[in-house]
Amino acid sequence: MDIHEYQAKQLLSEYGVKIAEGGLAYSPEDAVQRAREIGGDVWVVKAQIHSGARGKAGGIKICRSDDEVRQAAEDLLGKRLVTHQTGPAGKVCLRLYVEAGTDIARELYFSLLVDREHERIVMVGSAEGGMEIEELAENRPEAIKKIHIEPAVGLRDFQARKMAFALGIEPKQISHAVKTIKGCYRAMRELDANMLEINPLVITVSGDLIALDAKMGFDDNALFRQQKISELRDKTQEDPREMAAADRGLSYVGLDGDIGCMINGAGLAMATMDMIKLAGGEPANFLDVGGGASPERTEKAFRMVLQDENVKSMLVNIFAGINRCDWIAEGVVQAVNKLNMQIPLIVRLSGTNVEEGRKIIADSGLPIITADTLAEAAEKAVQARNEVVAKQG
Amino acid sequence: MAILIDENTRIIVQGFTGKIGTFHAQDMINYGSNVVGGVTPGKGGQKHLGKPVFNTVKEAVEQAGAEASIIFVPPAFAADSIMEAADAGIKYCVAITDGIPTQDMMTVKNFLRRFPEDERMMLTGPNCAGTISPGKSMLGIMPGHIYKPGNVGVVGRSGTLGYEAADQMKALDIGISTSVGIGGDPINGSSHRDILEKFEQDPDTKAVVMIGEIGGPQEVDAGIFFKENMSKPLVAYIAGLTAPKGRRMGHAGAIISSSGESAAEKVERLTELGVTIAPTPSAMGETVAKVLAKLG
Repeated sequence: MDIHEYQAKQLLSEYGVKIAEGGLAYSPEDAVQRAREIGGDVWVVKAQIHSGARGKAGGIKICRSDDEVRQAAEDLLGKRLVTHQTGPAGKVCLRLYVEAGTDIARELYFSLLVDREHERIVMVGSAEGGMEIEELAENRPEAIKKIHIEPAVGLRDFQARKMAFALGIEPKQISHAVKTIKGCYRAMRELDANMLEINPLVITVSGDLIALDAKMGFDDNALFRQQKISELRDKTQEDPREMAAADRGLSYVGLDGDIGCMINGAGLAMATMDMIKLAGGEPANFLDVGGGASPERTEKAFRMVLQDENVKSMLVNIFAGINRCDWIAEGVVQAVNKLNMQIPLIVRLSGTNVEEGRKIIADSGLPIITADTLAEAAEKAVQARNEVVAKQG
Repeated sequence: MAILIDENTRIIVQGFTGKIGTFHAQDMINYGSNVVGGVTPGKGGQKHLGKPVFNTVKEAVEQAGAEASIIFVPPAFAADSIMEAADAGIKYCVAITDGIPTQDMMTVKNFLRRFPEDERMMLTGPNCAGTISPGKSMLGIMPGHIYKPGNVGVVGRSGTLGYEAADQMKALDIGISTSVGIGGDPINGSSHRDILEKFEQDPDTKAVVMIGEIGGPQEVDAGIFFKENMSKPLVAYIAGLTAPKGRRMGHAGAIISSSGESAAEKVERLTELGVTIAPTPSAMGETVAKVLAKLG
């Protein structure tokens, strides 16, 4: 789960990380009010969306008067910002963070990540901040410093100092930098974050160390014990279809293609989508119905797939293990009847009781196209999709 | 022979008396697995499915000679159960549980590393379908009947995609020595590479199939191990060609978050390392058949 910049900053400031003074705004009037409360003569109005690279998308505006703050807020509120992280649909900006302007002397990069290879948290830093880390990794890999943290021992002062010196922090600021770095690590561990990124971490002209941006992502598997974090969820930033699916206990990811899919198991789902692509089609979604595909679940899954208006044909691929194919076939027949499905449906069943399952589909009298293998199913789904498109002219 | 488990392996079930534990324990018993009991704290001394229930794993090891365990404990308590098994002297543990927090798994891995290597419990999963040595023993939740006994080792992240591979192989009359699910989480008990090491040492495994997916460095790491250390052929399929960057595809670990983690990049690296790639998920069986034909 992701949270907004302002939320991450609030959390981090509780862990001793310095941030610029700022406030949240839902309207242009709010924004002006926040700017007045903050005082000074330069403010930054920042679109709060779940994405990095907001600056390039025009989501961050520097303002020098009330009017400019109001104008910036009017421009940003309600706008969809498209970054390379949001996908083409972009994300809608409904909240603004108004922050005091900062006199930047230097920009640094700092993050904490779960390193899957070493199975521990890794601290990543660079004296060359501001750029995206991937860009930096490609162009200047030698400018990146990585320090792995032993989980049972935790982040030690000497490691934080090593990082601080690598970032080129002045000796008199080292103890503050150590406090900042250790605070970040404590936040990561205590809040079950799986990533924490401060880019840039800035040294101000007056020598302060400030988190100018902050991004945190959390482990969904740990939300059961992180009530406070769960409450920070902003549903406006998530795909409504994915949210609806999650509420129904289904795992769904919306994509740009037009062949709908319902599969049991994440690996088989990905493989089936690959097969569709190899057959010349594009999947409309990823959908894992899970192990116990009861008729009720099957119907919910069908609804999820079919609410996407792009879908021209639908492929069901179930490998029944604990489930039985006959049971799944009954669920499919029920769903088709109940939802009065109009587009071609291709069903491939295998595993336990496959003959009984196929018989139920055949005896239903419904125009369901069946397939024996994964390849055949994908080819038929693409062919059916092409016929629908041809008919629509 | 097989790896990890055979008909003699003495198995206990952690989370034995729960609904899911009961269902799968019965299924394993029906398959012929040597289930010697289970653990449910507070229910020690009772009988369940005709087998003794113990309060602790230690008691199960001491009184029933348990060597392997399978975990059906809910996510919040699963890491603790894994560590209890390791502490009690269990040799091999399969964690079925889906949804264990990543940091809990970091703690588990750290805990396991403290044991000297020869006393260290082997762990596969979490979030997996388990392990089966067809015709001998099943320590998992898979449909046992789709696996034909034989000489090909299988290791994969996904449950149902592993079933698909077993089914394709059975249709071509190809049998399996052992099939191991390592699970779909970001941090696994054992990696593809760990399992390849076992298969390389197993005299009855002639070839190995690795079923990987997007996310993480594991498949390429296994490919490097293959190139440097394996005498047996390795066939691989990597799922997730159509997966967009930064989106989680069902499994907690199936996400492309940095370069080298996409299916296309993994396939490219594995090809360079000499691994035989199954070009489509539908061609896993026939690719294995071709490789076996070459072995003669």
